[in-house]
Amino acid sequence: MMPLPHPNADSRAYWEGTALGELRYQRCSDCGHAQFPPRAVCLRCAGALQWARSAGQGSIHSYTVVARAPSAAFKSAVPYVLVLVDMDEGFRLLLTLRDPQTAPTIGQRVRVVFESTEDPAICLPQAVQDGD
Amino acid sequence: MTHRHSALLSGVGNTRVGALPEASCLGLHAQATQGALADAGLSLRDVDGVICAYSFVEPYPMLSSVFCEYMGIQPAVTFSLQLGGATGATMIMQAAALVEAGYARHVLCVTADNRLSGMSRDGAVAALAGFGHPEFEVPYGLSIPAAYALVAQRYLHETGATVEQLAAIAVQHRAHAALHPDAHQRTPITLDEVMHSRTIASPLRLLDCCLISDGGAAVIVSAADTAADLRAPRVRLLGAGQGHTHEHLIAAPSLTDFGCKQAAARAFARAGVKTTDIDVAEIYDSFTITLLVELESIGFFQRGEAGPAAARGELGLNGRLPCNTHGGLLSFGHSGAAGGMFHVVEAVRQLRGECGARQVRDAELAFVHGDGGVLSAHCSLVLVRA
Ligand SMILES: [Zn+2]
Repeated sequence: MMPLPHPNADSRAYWEGTALGELRYQRCSDCGHAQFPPRAVCLRCAGALQWARSAGQGSIHSYTVVARAPSAAFKSAVPYVLVLVDMDEGFRLLLTLRDPQTAPTIGQRVRVVFESTEDPAICLPQAVQDGD
Repeated sequence: MTHRHSALLSGVGNTRVGALPEASCLGLHAQATQGALADAGLSLRDVDGVICAYSFVEPYPMLSSVFCEYMGIQPAVTFSLQLGGATGATMIMQAAALVEAGYARHVLCVTADNRLSGMSRDGAVAALAGFGHPEFEVPYGLSIPAAYALVAQRYLHETGATVEQLAAIAVQHRAHAALHPDAHQRTPITLDEVMHSRTIASPLRLLDCCLISDGGAAVIVSAADTAADLRAPRVRLLGAGQGHTHEHLIAAPSLTDFGCKQAAARAFARAGVKTTDIDVAEIYDSFTITLLVELESIGFFQRGEAGPAAARGELGLNGRLPCNTHGGLLSFGHSGAAGGMFHVVEAVRQLRGECGARQVRDAELAFVHGDGGVLSAHCSLVLVRA
């Protein structure tokens, strides 16, 4: 069984978004700060938060090719590429880089795609190299 | 800082480290405790404070109470604390606060786990994966090595450091462990062996990763006015500090600068010393990259200089900064929170001049650093030969 997220009051809107093919992130309506992971308050000014829609584009901040699975659920998946992605709106995600056509590099542009999971309510955002 | 520490690190002990299937987790706690008490010249009834950590194998919600029951002691104060690899150093910091405030006279800081024999290797790896964010990291298969690999890849990119320099750290640690009779892995390794060991998460290979060991360590922290009762009251806490920037990797403000910078700065300020005053450093080394980024983030080396220094042997016993003289988590062993406590134990022994073939000559001032999570929670200590 893959470990899947259990949405809570902070994260529910994020996962409702991914199920609709939308990548959402929190933006403060008082100071404009973009933040992730979702929280109850703005980290910068403690102000009120709204959900914004990301264009789903970003750059690789770092990457690794995982050869040793962290649990039985990932044994058939290795090797897989994990990327930390700096999204253009100013927040950072950890994603799997799906079907890389070239070796990943730091700074490389990627975009987000959405994958269904064993749980019909959960779609996981993943990354593909831009231009795919 | 106006507060001057007075707490003494009066006794240290460690169990053998490696595969110890004959001992339970609590049994390892007891062994380490007996070692530290004998070292201090104290008995269990002198202990009036007990600080424990946590165990994956025996995950009691109140481990320190369970341990006190196991040992048959009723201390004036006890609690457990959890800061991953920063736990050991933080126990010392908290114990010092207790004895200096007069709440206890002899605080036993003890931690052990038997992750090698007490749980399957897959079980240990899976338990560690629980450090990841349950919604935004764990579903992606982010292992602890993968999280550090992301740090390593970024660090290599920013500094031009090489995997050969990472490997040099592993080789140096093994050479130190070869000089310690209790170390888990004492067989020398070469750069080539490290660089051709199995890839775990690129660029990190098996020999860039710490061991999984059974073992335990204990340190007794005593009030200054108990010195006359102690066998070897020769090491004092000079400064301590913590730094905290995040828990999960996705929330880390930087992949090359971490809370070790603030922790060390606070400890140095309190101690009134600077990096160049340190004779021996025992710094958390969960992975080769961990030590490399911390050496630079703390300020022992300029950015990009720790890797070449490691390759030149400057972290060796006769180098510019003898580092992890017991072999660290990479080769001495890593048994949960005890992993970070081994660094404290080694620093005390170095300051007392008890380390034989691995002794750093005239070691008077030691720096100890632990970090937990993914370079998330940090605690630094400065210890002095009193
Ligand atoms: Zn705000």
